[in-house]
Amino acid sequence: MAESVVVDHVSKHFTMLNARTLKQRVVRARQGGFRNPTFLAVDDASFTIDQGEAVGLMGLNGSGKSTLLKLISGVLRPDRGTVLTRGRIAGLIEVSAGFHPQLSGRENIYLNGAILGMEKDEVDQKFDQIVDFADLERFLDTPVGRYSSGMFARLGFAVAASVDSDIFIIDEVLAVGDPPFKKKCLQRISQVRDEGRTIVFVSHNTTQVKRLCERALVLEGGRLGFDGPVADAVHYLKYDEDDDEDAEGGEI
Amino acid sequence: MTTAVGDHPLGPLRPPGDTTGLFGVFRRRYLLKLLVQKELRVRYQASLLGLAWSYMKPLVRFSMYYFVIGLLLGLRDSVPLFALHIFTAMIMTSFFTETLNAGTKSVVKNKSLVRKMNVPREMFPVASTAVTTYHMIPQFTIVIAACLLVGWSPDRTAFIAGALGISIMLTISLAVALAFSALNVTFRDIGNFVETIGMMVMWSAPQLYPWDFVVRIIGGTWLEQVYLANPVAMATLLNQRAFWTPAIPPGEATEIMPLMPEHLLTRGFIMLGCCLLLVGVAQLIFSRLEGNFAERL
Repeated sequence: MAESVVVDHVSKHFTMLNARTLKQRVVRARQGGFRNPTFLAVDDASFTIDQGEAVGLMGLNGSGKSTLLKLISGVLRPDRGTVLTRGRIAGLIEVSAGFHPQLSGRENIYLNGAILGMEKDEVDQKFDQIVDFADLERFLDTPVGRYSSGMFARLGFAVAASVDSDIFIIDEVLAVGDPPFKKKCLQRISQVRDEGRTIVFVSHNTTQVKRLCERALVLEGGRLGFDGPVADAVHYLKYDEDDDEDAEGGEI
Repeated sequence: MTTAVGDHPLGPLRPPGDTTGLFGVFRRRYLLKLLVQKELRVRYQASLLGLAWSYMKPLVRFSMYYFVIGLLLGLRDSVPLFALHIFTAMIMTSFFTETLNAGTKSVVKNKSLVRKMNVPREMFPVASTAVTTYHMIPQFTIVIAACLLVGWSPDRTAFIAGALGISIMLTISLAVALAFSALNVTFRDIGNFVETIGMMVMWSAPQLYPWDFVVRIIGGTWLEQVYLANPVAMATLLNQRAFWTPAIPPGEATEIMPLMPEHLLTRGFIMLGCCLLLVGVAQLIFSRLEGNFAERL
């Protein structure tokens, strides 16, 4: 199998206090020698994901999962090291990111689809499937600003899942939405996996990760702490000692 | 994109993220079109008067100029077709200030997209320039109608000048929108600077005064060259050469000389070249700063 994602000694640090204005810059410079404190979000991570592999990305809040996912998707660029990917990447980093509240559901499907790299005819062709999946037929002409967070999540997921991507990334979006919808999403993700597409899946929910992935990466304070079978990763994280509740409820 | 390059059907491994800059924007025209439509919808949906605003604002400004400068200060008597003189200039200067203002804010305004989605970030300043361009269409319709009404007899130079003026305006606006949208992410107080530029532009082009006033005061000095090195002034002069001068009745033109600078077209072509170069420079600035957008927003 060919590699799909290659992450090679990647580090990413964030500046904790940005001098946001010219004025602040000048003041800082006058004070002399003042360095912005930085924070290493991803620290020298290296791994390879083969094409068709489904990998769970686990770790506590603030361990760098989202940052790593953004590095893979190309939203962020590494400070050191290289990230290489093969093929088209699509996915869901945050459900509401590609939507505009004043536009209708219909318009947003096209806009979001285009943001994810689709052309008009491609969205046309998948439109019914998206609406059907999101179960929002009655609200297609309502501005999405009036949607509930569950409806948002459904629409976001439906559009992202409809893209013919080679790499599919999902960041904790399944935390929103009711159990039937979560189930539907997981089925869809399994389908994506069975089509031989690469999946990078961020979740705290060990059951979900176990169901979808064979391999898991565990991040600890930005470092790659564990890379191996999901069951061992769960053990490594000591998640198996607690009841597996859907603890990270997102914004609801 | 799933194009077959190299030995793997999905192409080679490469860094994620689109770093092809303006070319990437051009490749994703459909997204650009939707973003422009979105902007137009959003900008006017909320306001009661809708699109009428884009006519109202310039109309009011134009009336004020005409009243104060034309009537009270009496320029109407010394400049033939003074109303057309102002309007042909205003199209250009207001186009520039509008792209400057909207373009500067474009990346910050779309921060949720920039932070989470992988789109060529040049898309936003380009879209905002396109939105302003769209607004220019009705204004040009009015100018052409006005010209036809007073008797417009354009020569070949007029057409070349018109095309050249618009091209200069589009390129310099794009360059400015690109550069400032990126700088605005790094320095949030760049808006003060942008406002000042906007104000200077209004006075630095022959809009409220004719070119021969400039010649009378600074003609032949290096200041004249500085004045003409301003792309907005150059685009304004070219636009006036296209619409205003060919509309002046033959008898009236002699009272005010010269109407236009010497070698206007040559200067125009050189300016267009410079502006294209500036787009390149702006793209460099943008690319340099873009890497930090997602974390700075």
